[in-house]
Amino acid sequence: MNAIANAGRRTFLKTGVALGAGLTLGFYLPTGIMRRAVGNESTSSFAPNAFLRIAPDNTITVLIKHLEMGQGVYTGLPMLVAEELEADWQQIKVESAPADAKLYGNLAWGGSAQGTGGSTSLANSWEQLRLAGATAREMLIAAAAAQWSVDASSLRAEQGYVIDSDNHRKASFGELAAQASTLSPPQDVTLKPPKDWKVIGKSLPRKDSQAKSTGKAQFAIDIRLPSMLTALVARPPRFGASVKSFDATQAEAVPGVKTVVQIPQGVAVVAENFWAAKKGRDALKVEWDGGETVSTEDLRRHYIELADSPGLPAANVGDAEQALASAENKLEAIFEFPYLAHASMEPLCCVVDWQDQHCDIWAGSQLQTLDQAIAASILGLKPEQVNIHTLFAGGSFGRHANPTADYIAEGAAVAKATRSLKAPIRLLWTREDDIQGGYYRPQYVHHLVGALDGDGKPLLWRQRIVGQSILSGTPFESMMVKEGIDMTSVEGASNLAYAIPNLRVELRSPKSGVPVLWWRSVGHTHTGFATEVFIDELATAARQDPVAYRRELLSQRPRHQGVLELAAAKAGWGTPLPKGRGRGIAVHESFNSFVAEVAEVTVQADGSFTVDRVVCAVDCGYAINPDVIKAQMEGGIGFGLAAALSGRITLKDGVVQQSNFHDYPVLRINQMPSIEVYIVPSEANPTGVGEPGVPPIAPAVANALFAATGKRIRRLPIDPNDLKV
Amino acid sequence: MISLTVNEQTHEVDAPPDTPLLWVLRDVLGLTGTKFGCGRALCGACTVHLNGTPIRSCTMPLAAVGAGQITTIEGASGKAIEAIKQAWIDLNVPQCGYCQSGQIMSASALLTHNAKPTDADIDAAMAGNICRCATYARIRAALHQAAATLEG
Ligand code: FES
Ligand code: FES
Repeated sequence: MNAIANAGRRTFLKTGVALGAGLTLGFYLPTGIMRRAVGNESTSSFAPNAFLRIAPDNTITVLIKHLEMGQGVYTGLPMLVAEELEADWQQIKVESAPADAKLYGNLAWGGSAQGTGGSTSLANSWEQLRLAGATAREMLIAAAAAQWSVDASSLRAEQGYVIDSDNHRKASFGELAAQASTLSPPQDVTLKPPKDWKVIGKSLPRKDSQAKSTGKAQFAIDIRLPSMLTALVARPPRFGASVKSFDATQAEAVPGVKTVVQIPQGVAVVAENFWAAKKGRDALKVEWDGGETVSTEDLRRHYIELADSPGLPAANVGDAEQALASAENKLEAIFEFPYLAHASMEPLCCVVDWQDQHCDIWAGSQLQTLDQAIAASILGLKPEQVNIHTLFAGGSFGRHANPTADYIAEGAAVAKATRSLKAPIRLLWTREDDIQGGYYRPQYVHHLVGALDGDGKPLLWRQRIVGQSILSGTPFESMMVKEGIDMTSVEGASNLAYAIPNLRVELRSPKSGVPVLWWRSVGHTHTGFATEVFIDELATAARQDPVAYRRELLSQRPRHQGVLELAAAKAGWGTPLPKGRGRGIAVHESFNSFVAEVAEVTVQADGSFTVDRVVCAVDCGYAINPDVIKAQMEGGIGFGLAAALSGRITLKDGVVQQSNFHDYPVLRINQMPSIEVYIVPSEANPTGVGEPGVPPIAPAVANALFAATGKRIRRLPIDPNDLKV
Repeated sequence: MISLTVNEQTHEVDAPPDTPLLWVLRDVLGLTGTKFGCGRALCGACTVHLNGTPIRSCTMPLAAVGAGQITTIEGASGKAIEAIKQAWIDLNVPQCGYCQSGQIMSASALLTHNAKPTDADIDAAMAGNICRCATYARIRAALHQAAATLEG
């Protein structure tokens, strides 16, 4: 990789703003923002750009614009800076960047909004952060060259020092910071070629392991401010219902309850602490009006019916209808998927401290600039008057990336309604609020029809997908809904990797009052299952081995093939298993990463089963931190397995039937298979790993169950009754 | 006022007797290392020790603690907990990290009673602690490493 000259880089390297007294704070940043971004604590700090600050005490702070929710951005992203800067990993500290679309927009989303999602963090930062590090390195070298009156080309940077080997001297980055901050940034910097990398590709320890292994990591729920009050909101039992009347007499009688206020989302009980707020809310009487009365069982029947007739085309290759009319060897299958809750371990929480012309919000914010704009509009402030402090999120899986900023909006609404109390508000959800609060992965039905040609190869594939659109009516609609097709409903099916001469994918997007949202790996959660089970069904119909069958149909897809072969080889594909056991495979691309998983299961006569072992192969381009990649695959497999085994939200007359972990079970340690992860060596640009481990696990398990029992699973979660002998 | 001993310090707590210990720790004493996950003894995020035994503080009323000694992640000390924390860091167990205080408190109680747990022992002792990030494989590995460290 050589010197990069493109528009992005030029914007990045705009020349300096001198701020009197010989101090150059940076180049391309308006001063106000710069101060907010990099702090003001030391005039001799060197902050060459919005991502980096070097202090005289030799600490290097990397500002991270993305949310750390477990996926490892506080480790992977600073590694990119460290690589080019030639810093010592130990001297690097991580800090979350403030909300600012101009400085910190997500480049993978066009750069206009700050946020984390779609496994884009590394792809966005791959060039941006390496350039940030390289620019700073060149300036530090230039500073040393000026100090020592030598040519910069005779110096090099290494392990946090600029070294002059000719004259046996060196200076630490901290010592050079003040002088470097007076220089203009270079116009061109050269990124290191891969052969010179010392940091990228190493399993460096996570920057957050220490804090998270000692109880010291701070989440929104841990923020405590003087005189802070806690708010719990009574929300309608049916989505979309409104408050008809409420009686707060008993709630207000609970010691510690300060006030009860109506907000657009419901009725908030505001109290000195959580327990008083909880008891107050339990004692509150609210009458509700209207709301969604749907039942998921009715939806299921309705969706199956809808899948009988054509939808809007999302993919069209050849002529599937014509091929179908004359096909002989036909297969048909209906796949069903329930609503799913994210159930992150940290219940939703934000702290809102509103003071006249300024508001501070602490949250595990995932769409910072959107959260900022929505809070500002509720409070009658300008977005720049709202400071978002992004903390660790105790999981998210998509839940914090809500286009309506729901929990932040509630926090702001309570702050507004209780303004006279002049107290910061901690808005908190309980687990029940979370499980029953909507924003689910939508319920879906897929209707698949396929047929084989004389050689057993697929002649046609027609897939009709029915389910709510996640994005219609959101700010993301214009970007991701094209001609009625919500990309998040069809991704993973409309771009089916297998070579099939007649392919048609159709979509129907019925509306419902149940709020829906992306959920770790989004559309791939269901398309990955339907496509990978159905291709297995075609292989069976063709009397071919599932791996051999896929291999042939993927001959034009080397990266799919790469993970398929690696996973199959490592799993010992083809070696015999005892009776009652089975092995299944699935391969799926999502977010530009490729993952294959082989699952091994043991099934009992009563249909109960265990998933014993999973072998995973991943190709995500350059493996920046192999250990973080492995951890994300392990976690993705566990997360997807939870949905396969027990994830299901049902509604009856509009009321959610589940409420906590006893009736919405998630994976526990005794259900965790042993997992092996293998990384395909790749020189492609790095792609995400937070989500792509999820899609293949459910179909791999279903295919393994078929291998063990001869019974096909087409409904999630898997019902052991379907496996009984 | 109710007296409560946490991490070897006795506090006079001004809270209703039915207040769950969890919320006394978090909202009154400011010990936020212990987490709220479900409020119904279903997830283990709120695990602390009562006289060395792991309990779910979210369903333990303040009044029921009595003279019992409470230990939280902030105050836990001794060889087992140190070995566990170190193993957790070495193996990069945490992802989002939210469940890990509870995991570590359950894990240290296990190692104190069973110096060399098998995978089955670990599964049995830790099944009450949910990790939504599914760091379970590393929790098992880290427990084995900590056990090995303690064995010296
Ligand atoms: S919060 Fe106590 S067990 Fe979940
Ligand atoms: S590390 Fe996220 S819940 Fe356990």
